[in-house]
Amino acid sequence: MSALVSARPVAWSRRLVRGALVLLAVGFLALFLLLPLATVFVEAFRQGAAIYLTSIRQHESLAAIRLTLLVAAIAVPLNLVFGVMAAWAITRFDFRGKALLGAFIDLPFSVSPVISGLVYVLLFGAQGWFGPWLDAHGVRIIFAVPGLVLATIFITLPFVARELIPLMQSQGSEEEEAARVLGASGWQMFFRVTLPNIRWALLYGVLLCNARAMGEFGAVSVVSGHIRGLTTTMPLEVEMRYNEYDFAGAFAVASLLALLALMTMALKTLLEWRYGNEIAAHAPGGH
Amino acid sequence: MRRHVLPGFGISLGYALTYLGLIVLLPLAALAWKASGIGVAGLLHLLSSPRTLAALRLSFGGALLAAAVNAVIGLLVAWVLVRYRFPGRRLFDALVDLPFALPTAVAGIALTTLYAPNGWLGGWLATWSIKVAYAPLGVLLAMVFVGFPFVVRTLQPVLESLDRDVEDAAESLGARRWQTFVRVILPMLAPTLLTGFALALARAVGEYGSVIFIAGNIPMRSEIAPLLIVQKLEQFDYAGAAALGVVMLLFSFVLLVVVALLQRWSVRWTESGR
Repeated sequence: MSALVSARPVAWSRRLVRGALVLLAVGFLALFLLLPLATVFVEAFRQGAAIYLTSIRQHESLAAIRLTLLVAAIAVPLNLVFGVMAAWAITRFDFRGKALLGAFIDLPFSVSPVISGLVYVLLFGAQGWFGPWLDAHGVRIIFAVPGLVLATIFITLPFVARELIPLMQSQGSEEEEAARVLGASGWQMFFRVTLPNIRWALLYGVLLCNARAMGEFGAVSVVSGHIRGLTTTMPLEVEMRYNEYDFAGAFAVASLLALLALMTMALKTLLEWRYGNEIAAHAPGGH
Repeated sequence: MRRHVLPGFGISLGYALTYLGLIVLLPLAALAWKASGIGVAGLLHLLSSPRTLAALRLSFGGALLAAAVNAVIGLLVAWVLVRYRFPGRRLFDALVDLPFALPTAVAGIALTTLYAPNGWLGGWLATWSIKVAYAPLGVLLAMVFVGFPFVVRTLQPVLESLDRDVEDAAESLGARRWQTFVRVILPMLAPTLLTGFALALARAVGEYGSVIFIAGNIPMRSEIAPLLIVQKLEQFDYAGAAALGVVMLLFSFVLLVVVALLQRWSVRWTESGR
C-alpha cells in the first residue's frame, strides 16, 4: 500500500528530471551549435541577395573556389590510396612495429595545424632544408600550390585509414583467402571481394577527409603566403575579407563552406543510418 | 600459411611506410632539427619570455578547461541523445558533428559575430559586463566548440551498450537515481569519458582557425601559442618557431600520457570495484 502511494510522486519527479535534462541538452545544442550556423547565413544575406551573388562571382572568390577544389582533388585521392594500402598491410599481415605504424598514422591528428604547415616551411622554405636547392632550380613549393597540397595531405592523412583499419580487422580475411584459393588473381580478389566489403566505410572516410581538406585553415594559412587569387583557398579568402571588414563578402564565401559542412553532415548521417553495420562494428553515432 | 595466400604485403607496407615517411616523418624530423638550432640558451630565453609563457598557459590551461567543460556537457548531451526519445532527436544528433564539419575559419567568424560586444549574444552578455569576444573567455568558448563532438561521439556507443541490469539492480537495492548515476554509471563510463577528454584536449591545444578571430590576440592576455608560432615565422625566426612547436608537441605528449595513465587507473579501479 505504501509502495503504491509513493510510486506516483517518484514517477512524476523522474519525468520532471528527464524533461529538464532534455531541455538543457537541446537548449545547449541550439544555442551553441545551431545559432553560429544560422549566423553564417543571416550575415551572408544581410545586405541582400544581390550583394551576396556579386561577392561570390568576384574573380577572387571564384579563384579561391577553384583552388580549394583543386587541392582537395589531389589530396583526397592520394590519402584514399594510402588508407587502403595501410589498412591492407596492417589488418592482413603480421609484422613487427605494427602498433607503432598505427600510432604514426594517427600522429597528424595530435599536431597543431599551424605546426603541420610549419614543418613544410622548414623543409621547403627559403631557409629550409631543400630551400636553396629548390630556389636554384626555380621550383616554388612554399607560398605556392604544392605547399597547400602538402599541408592538406598531412592534415587529412589519417581519415581513410582510420575508418578502414577497425572495419577490416573485424571482417577478417576468410573471404579473401577463399577467393585466392579458388583461383582469383590479386586484383580480382581486391575488386570483387575486398572493395565491396569496405565500400561504405571507404566513402565515409573520403567524406570526412574531403570536408577537412576543403575547410582546413591553420596549416594552409602558414604555407599560403596569402597571394590573392593565386594561393588563397576558400577559408583563407574568408579570413582576408573578414580582416578587410568586407563582412558580407566573408560570410558569402563562408556560407558556401557552411553548405559543404551541411551536405557532409547529411551524407554522413545517411551513411550511418543506412549502412551503419557495414561502416564499422561500432560506428560512432550510428543507430 | 595465411601470409602466402593473400597478396600485396610488400607493396602495401612499402607504399604506406614511404608515404608516411615523406609526408609526416621527414617534415617532423626537419622540425626537430631546426628547433635544435636555437640551443639550450636559446630555449631558456624563449621559455623565460613572459609573452611565450602567457601564450602557453592560455593554450594549455584553456584546452584543459575546455576539455573539462566538454566532458560535463558532452556527458549530458550523449546521455539525453541515447536514453531519451523526443521530437527532433535525430536532427540534434546529426548536429553534434557540426564542429567537425564546419571549417574552423567559418566557425571563428560566426562565433565572433555572435559574441562581439555589438553582436546578438555579446550585447546581451555585456549588460552583465561579461566580455567573451576579444577576451580569454572567447578563446575558451572557441576551444569548447571545436572539441565538443569528441566526448559525445566516444560516449554514445558505450552508453548504448551499457548493461541496464546493473542500474536496475542498484535501484532494487534501494539506491536513489542520482546514487545509481554517481556510483554505478559514472565509474563504468569513466575510461570512455577520459578518452573523449583526451581527444577534445588534443584538438583544443593546437586549435588556431576558430580561436584567432574571437581571441582579439592581445599579447599576454588572449594570445595563443600557435599564433606566436605564426608570428615568429612571419619575422623569419624559423628556429624560434620550430622550438616553440617542439615545446608544444612535448607538452601535449606529456598531457596525453598523463590522461592515458589516469585511464588505466580508472579501468583497474572499476574492475576491482565490481
